[in-house]
Amino acid sequence: MSDTTQHADLDVETLIDEIATRLAHHIESHGLEDPALIGIRTGGVWLAARLRERLGIETPLGELNIAFYRDDFSRIGMHPTVEPSALPFDIDNRDLVLVDDILYTGRTIRAAMNEIFDYGRPRTITLVVLVDRSGRELPIDANVYGARITLAPDEHVKLLGPDPLRLEFCATRT
Amino acid sequence: MLNFSGPIPCDSSFAPPEPDSSRNRCRPPVHGAGETFSPDHPETPPGRADTPLMHTDIQLDERGQLRHFLSIEQLPRELLVAILDNAERFTVVGERAVKKVPLARGKTVVNLFFEPSTRTRTTFELAAKRLSADVMNLNIEASATRKGESLADTLRTLEAMNTDMFVVRHQDSGAPEFIARQVAPEVSVINAGDGRHAHPTQAMLDMFTIRRHKPAFETLTVAIVGDIAHSRVARSEIHALKTLGVPEVRVVGPKTLLPVGLEALGVSVHHDLDEGIAGADVIIMLRLQQERMQSALLPSGHEYFHTYGLTPARLKRAARDAIVMHPGPINRGVEIDSAVADGKQSVILQQVTHGIAVRMAVMSMVLGSHAPGS
Repeated sequence: MSDTTQHADLDVETLIDEIATRLAHHIESHGLEDPALIGIRTGGVWLAARLRERLGIETPLGELNIAFYRDDFSRIGMHPTVEPSALPFDIDNRDLVLVDDILYTGRTIRAAMNEIFDYGRPRTITLVVLVDRSGRELPIDANVYGARITLAPDEHVKLLGPDPLRLEFCATRT
Repeated sequence: MLNFSGPIPCDSSFAPPEPDSSRNRCRPPVHGAGETFSPDHPETPPGRADTPLMHTDIQLDERGQLRHFLSIEQLPRELLVAILDNAERFTVVGERAVKKVPLARGKTVVNLFFEPSTRTRTTFELAAKRLSADVMNLNIEASATRKGESLADTLRTLEAMNTDMFVVRHQDSGAPEFIARQVAPEVSVINAGDGRHAHPTQAMLDMFTIRRHKPAFETLTVAIVGDIAHSRVARSEIHALKTLGVPEVRVVGPKTLLPVGLEALGVSVHHDLDEGIAGADVIIMLRLQQERMQSALLPSGHEYFHTYGLTPARLKRAARDAIVMHPGPINRGVEIDSAVADGKQSVILQQVTHGIAVRMAVMSMVLGSHAPGS
């Protein structure tokens, strides 16, 4: 394991400020009405909670645990138990803002959208991520992101938290 | 009587014609000590409380994951808690617009019922469907053509259809374990009730129901009332309650329906209902089977109700917020008064709802154990 330092200057609080500004602009320019925030467990929930506060959104925060929708169940089996999904509002015809910490292969977002559609049919889904990193395997893109970075397949970035929130970079070279 | 241990002829009518043995995944049974199956005849009088069957360590794989679910015995507390925690997550699925998750998509589950059952079979079926598996229900008892066909032959036939999981109910104790020892390594078996041995998913859905109302197992007093001797439910419940740390488990019933050696399981034995349920937080009533009354173990349903039936007046002796459970189907006026069964302390219908989530949890854990990289 060795640290890669070229992104060490990414400050989560600064990124959240930028995301909040861009998201507010996105909501207005796209005419999203009373949008509901949904965080993907666990990092996405931390981020979504902060954004909800910044934007003064009153609808309670939705939380998704996509374990039942992962596409690797037959390869790695059940994930350890964490809190179940909870979407405490009506999904149908709603503008949703889906929030995750790191956008990488896109498979998590695919699974999250599949799960959301089992609750109902939203009007729109906007994707917000803290870090958009290279390595996409599906045609999925973020509408709003804090930072866009290029990492090698053996390099990883992770959000640690909840207090304080910080990014950890590491590599799995052997 | 099905033949469990006879020589296994090659099944010519169902097996694919190609000689490729990998299609035929069933191992031939091994004839040797510990591998032959002696059916526990249902009419034999009850023996010891806890007749150990064969080794049940085949339930866990080398990584400690649940591969088959045959009995609560020998399973670690952490695993039982994991089942309950997973069931909690699946409960949420049952409350959504689309009550289905894609976890077991493409898997084939066969409900193999040698004994009639309505709620257990339907909740297993619904659980598998809510995991997106394909489900087949085989009621072997009703199938006249099955008569004389050995269980191993039936299994080979079903395995040739690439079944991933068998859910087995059988009148003889040990039949699901026998099947688990026969199937190919990538196939799992879940016990849906065997003889008077075990009914582990019923026990776990009861534990789930208890935990939802009374989360602190380590503070509870639980009374199990009725025909303990013939009850696979009671046996599995006692193991589950003890494993989860319930300090006081009482069994209550007439001497003729309580097996010897119960104390060895860490439970206290009571013959008086009022004494047995005094201060209890949870009362589990068991179904009194009609044939027990015919076989002179009991005088009559009326007299049983007089002595062991749970009435509103008697329920007052339990804790004020006690819950009343029953695995169903209930005999109103035999083991339980309608006013109690339908009363506000009854959680009998919740048990049915919880049965789906608990079976989804067990099925997904067992299917997930076959994943190479977990």
